[in-house]
Amino acid sequence: MAAAQTRASASPAAILRDAGLFALAAFGLCVPIVSYRTDLGNNGLELTPRWGLVAGLCAAVFVLRVVQRLVLERRAARVALTPSPHQASEPVGAEPNAGQRLPRLGLPLFVGFALFLPLIAALASGGLSPARYWIDLGILILTYVMLGWGLNIVVGLAGLLDLGYVAFYAVGAYSYALLSTVFGLSFWVCLPLAGLFAGLWGVMLGFPVLRLRGDYLAIVTLAFGEIIRLVLINWTDVTGGAAGITSIPRATFFGVPFKAGPDGFSGLFGLAFDPMHRIVFLYYLILALALITSLVTLRLRRLPLGRAWEALREDEIACRSLGIDTTKTKLTAFALGAMFGGFAGSFFAVRQGFVSPESFNFLESAIILAIVVLGGMGSQLGVAVAAVAMVGGPELLRNLGFLKAVFGEGFDPNEFRLLLFGLAMVAMMIWRPRGLIADRMPTVALGRRRAIGKDLVREGHG
Amino acid sequence: MATRRPDDPDAVLTVDHLTMRFGGLTAVDDLSFRARRGDITALIGPNGAGKTTVFNCITGFYRPSEGMLTLRHADGAAHLLERLPNHAVNRRARVARTFQNIRLFSGMTVLENLMVAQHAPLMRASGYTLLGLLGLPGYRRAEREAVAKASAWLERIDLLRRADDPAGDLPYGDQRRLEIARAMCTGPELLCLDEPAAGLNPRESADLARLLRHIRDEHATSVLLIEHDMAVVMEISDHVVVLDYGKKIADGPPREIREDPKVIAAYLGVEDEEIAEVDAEVGLTIPVAEEARP
Repeated sequence: MAAAQTRASASPAAILRDAGLFALAAFGLCVPIVSYRTDLGNNGLELTPRWGLVAGLCAAVFVLRVVQRLVLERRAARVALTPSPHQASEPVGAEPNAGQRLPRLGLPLFVGFALFLPLIAALASGGLSPARYWIDLGILILTYVMLGWGLNIVVGLAGLLDLGYVAFYAVGAYSYALLSTVFGLSFWVCLPLAGLFAGLWGVMLGFPVLRLRGDYLAIVTLAFGEIIRLVLINWTDVTGGAAGITSIPRATFFGVPFKAGPDGFSGLFGLAFDPMHRIVFLYYLILALALITSLVTLRLRRLPLGRAWEALREDEIACRSLGIDTTKTKLTAFALGAMFGGFAGSFFAVRQGFVSPESFNFLESAIILAIVVLGGMGSQLGVAVAAVAMVGGPELLRNLGFLKAVFGEGFDPNEFRLLLFGLAMVAMMIWRPRGLIADRMPTVALGRRRAIGKDLVREGHG
Repeated sequence: MATRRPDDPDAVLTVDHLTMRFGGLTAVDDLSFRARRGDITALIGPNGAGKTTVFNCITGFYRPSEGMLTLRHADGAAHLLERLPNHAVNRRARVARTFQNIRLFSGMTVLENLMVAQHAPLMRASGYTLLGLLGLPGYRRAEREAVAKASAWLERIDLLRRADDPAGDLPYGDQRRLEIARAMCTGPELLCLDEPAAGLNPRESADLARLLRHIRDEHATSVLLIEHDMAVVMEISDHVVVLDYGKKIADGPPREIREDPKVIAAYLGVEDEEIAEVDAEVGLTIPVAEEARP
């Protein structure tokens, strides 16, 4: 018991120290084994230093140890403090331990890592250009994080099941594509317009649809997503049909284009021209957009509108009896979610320089919804983690070349993507049916905020 | 009965010729009564008498087939409840209600439940979200006031120390009281309670009676309640309306109601040979089943 007590109250510093020791041990082991590779060169053995790999391995050991400790802490704390879930609601006056504080630390950690990713990637792979793969992957993941956070408003907070979210993504992308190619408007003018248009479409869809509930709402939103895609394919005069819209203007650094020469970005700032500047800029652009989505959502939750959304998810009839106009409240959720989808869409268009209806099929909606559900409805951190897993996970498979040594030369791990996906989904359903982070943090408290267990929080029914 | 005027200044709620039909079933049949300002009016009757249907009509969950429901505020403004959309019955006409099967936001804390109830004033203070999003001090002040109001109510119903617990974790009796406090946080002129004492033990019932009297005396809120617990009804109500098979069979102060033969017949049943006689007296030939719920 005493051991359990001390373990349950281990401080973050102690955990970090412990993980540091592990990393040090890993470093000691890596130096003789990993740090130099011997290759047969022209004049005998050549030593290739691999200190980047050593650093990566040590960092991995460090992170894994921290995660392991936190998970164990949480489990120990749960066993020690809360014999039953209902007892957990009684104020016991216990300080939350590091493991229980994880969700609160998680978002800052995630943001911190995301902020330095280009730097880390550049250092690890030795230069900006070799790091392109990682930064591109970061952009892709962040796009889905943003979409997940946007959809989270509709599904997670307001409890409205939306299977056609990709429609608003498409509206945003085509808004930018058309406004910039036809009217020559710049990205910074089009971005708010794209969000506005997507929001308007959200309202237009919302009006007839929001009297439906549950499964019916899901089916109609699914149909709406398909309608938008089919319109994009068939309205050839405007959208270019299946061929899409090409040569969409690139993003500029607030008016300064990314090109070689004195009036380009690199010339203006006295840097050597590097096409990667644009990629890094795009990375920080989507990071900023995603963070805006998150901050707005976090703030909205503390405003009466956000509380009304959550109340709506809990009990619509009670909401009406308290004078809340449920139709308007649902519409705002739909419109705001759609607006963030529109922002993400216009970012997609400016990044690709090319849009076609191909990019907006139902699978996209399904992936975004899966991210929200896997992450835990309403949880910002959960959605971010789920986006990393859902989008980054398949990318990992591409890099599992060493499995060829095990399964033979013809083995392509990529082909097993969907299989692994399915397995992961089944595992989630068994162990975490309400998502990675299913607890709900209250929006206002007289004392300390305590998470509300998932068994009390409802998921909404339309 | 027919001469009762809807502009009676004394009445907070006037129900005139209210009829509610579900297909061929007439759940409420030409009901007229009046709830006086500052009174606790009880609506009683055997199971299936149509009490909850009347409530659902008053609070906008059903649109009555016929009849007029007038709610008059202390300042003289009158609202025709049957014409208002559902949520406006609370927001504009200031009628709040509780539910027979408690409808709290169980995944939200006790305090959050009371904050949701103050949606309309907070929404105005947050500039319909736009100003609140910018974090202007006006909204923060309004939020502090709302928290203070909620805390005062929690103090009153003795739940202050559980303010940060999820509402779904509270014991049954506390949930009932919290639902009443939540309805009161909307600042109603008329509070409609659907069986507030159901499932309460005698001590909790006594607490409830005290709470209702406090609401009537200190908050300028009139109370209309449905109740089966006759002890509670007789103790706290100023006026009792008795329904049976959707019709009013008695209307008066509790003392008279207790001795009314029709009420006794409706509740206790009567000898077989007397049924026809009583039915004729009540003016009823076909029994009506099941009370409909939202």
